Amino acid sequence: MSNHDVAVAGVGMHPWGKWGRNFVEYGVHAARAALADSGVDWRDVDLVVGGETVRNGYAGYVAGATFAQALGWNGAKVATSYAACATGAQALDTARARILAGLSEVALVVGADTTPKGFLAPNAGERWDDPDWLRFRLLGMTNPAYFALYARRRMDLYGATQEDFARVKVKNARHGLANPHARYRKEVGVEDVLTSAVVSDPLHLLDICATSDGAAAIVLCSTAYAEKHGLGGGVRINAISTVTPTFPNTVIDMPLLSTDSANAVPAPERTFKESIGQAAYEEAGIDPADVSLAEVYDLSTALELDWMEDLQLCKRGEAEALLRAGDTTIGGRIPVNPSGGLACFGEAVPAQALAQVCEVTWQLRGQAAGRQVEGARVGITANQGLFGHGSSVILSR
Amino acid sequence: MTATPAIEGWFTTGPESALVGSRCTTCETVFFPPLHQASGPGFCRNPACAGEEFAETRLSRRGTVWSYTDAQYQPPPPYVPRSDPYEPFALAAVELPEGLVVLGQVAEGYGVADLRVGAEAELVVETLYADESGERTVWRWKPVVEMGEEADQ
Repeated sequence: MSNHDVAVAGVGMHPWGKWGRNFVEYGVHAARAALADSGVDWRDVDLVVGGETVRNGYAGYVAGATFAQALGWNGAKVATSYAACATGAQALDTARARILAGLSEVALVVGADTTPKGFLAPNAGERWDDPDWLRFRLLGMTNPAYFALYARRRMDLYGATQEDFARVKVKNARHGLANPHARYRKEVGVEDVLTSAVVSDPLHLLDICATSDGAAAIVLCSTAYAEKHGLGGGVRINAISTVTPTFPNTVIDMPLLSTDSANAVPAPERTFKESIGQAAYEEAGIDPADVSLAEVYDLSTALELDWMEDLQLCKRGEAEALLRAGDTTIGGRIPVNPSGGLACFGEAVPAQALAQVCEVTWQLRGQAAGRQVEGARVGITANQGLFGHGSSVILSR
Repeated sequence: MTATPAIEGWFTTGPESALVGSRCTTCETVFFPPLHQASGPGFCRNPACAGEEFAETRLSRRGTVWSYTDAQYQPPPPYVPRSDPYEPFALAAVELPEGLVVLGQVAEGYGVADLRVGAEAELVVETLYADESGERTVWRWKPVVEMGEEADQ
């Protein structure tokens, strides 16, 4: 394994839902759960890293300090990270870097959000130089429309069907049934998906994840600190990949209206999403064949299939075959989204990448009651956010 | 009142209308949206190039469909709906010979059933919405229907 491991001392979450309360309340709940899980006293934490939320005013912009104050100022150093959907992973990476540099021993990483109803829309005001504003103004291009472009491409290139996409939802709904932190815990049938309204062809309402309130927190420490205090049950973070794209990025990316051009410089060997996973594998020194489970960003059902290929869990165009054979179901060869995924959670942006790490930790400890992947040794997470952000975290035990 | 582009300098109007891109005068990389008329200096995004000067270049009017979809629900502001009640429209990502993919709405009267990955599409300019200054136009992608195909439909 890699020589820059850090230990996961404890994890905790606030249940996902639409609770309509302040994000600080969720964050503190998750932080206290993670601290209790780790056995670390809050006063011993020497670094707090918050995942920024952009929809909750100033307190959200300085989330690290907001959580630290709510828990009671303890003199810890503080940082706040923002990387769209990869916010949680970037916050985690900030904590890891300080621990590996010997500047911190034990850190608390927290992400929490309260989200509005409906489509995620840009902030108010006229901004003719902001692509996130322009894509709505000039094209009416919502997030689900981007997801639908990728889904349609799978259909036209690889023969995927809307039934395949529905099967992803059916599987994830079943996975999440016993997850106490999931927002949606209800069986869904293929017909339920196919008879739900089409949002952006070929995706139905039930193919697309909701936005949710929620919070996740992780207590991270050096391996020496974990051993000295007997923390964490042996779960290690082996890699956190937060790479940016390599020019020219020729796959259309939210919220842009166009790709880079490959007219002068040829496209790189790997797409951006492929490079996110590859960097994690290289950093961890772990082979894709050794992965026991994956938690990937199913913003849409079809994106789960893309991620399986981007993470080298199967060859390009083969994800539907694995899905249909039950390989990605718990009990199968490579379970994907045993937590239930975004299909059961909905997205709470700054918390979501941390929630993925919480789930992998429980899986590796054998504590994922009702959704346990037997004998899990290595887990990988993946997500992608706006503006060249993305992350992949590899954990092992 | 005359029709004017919803955004200045991104496309030409009139017959043979085209997207206006920027070509880096140092490394030749083409960019769209254009960089040459930005309020400050534009910076070439090729990491091996420090170019800050760009020449205006018209992009090819035809390309191949990379993918496509539609908007069955009315997008939130700042999208300006053209009609009440809302009417869905299609969207396409089109790969141009210059090696980039450009998103656009699909031309009036066409939907997802008229599109497939790899098919040809060409640029047209149509009305996006109307405001106090009149009709505001935008580029759109129109499926290219070859002779003979039309008769099959």
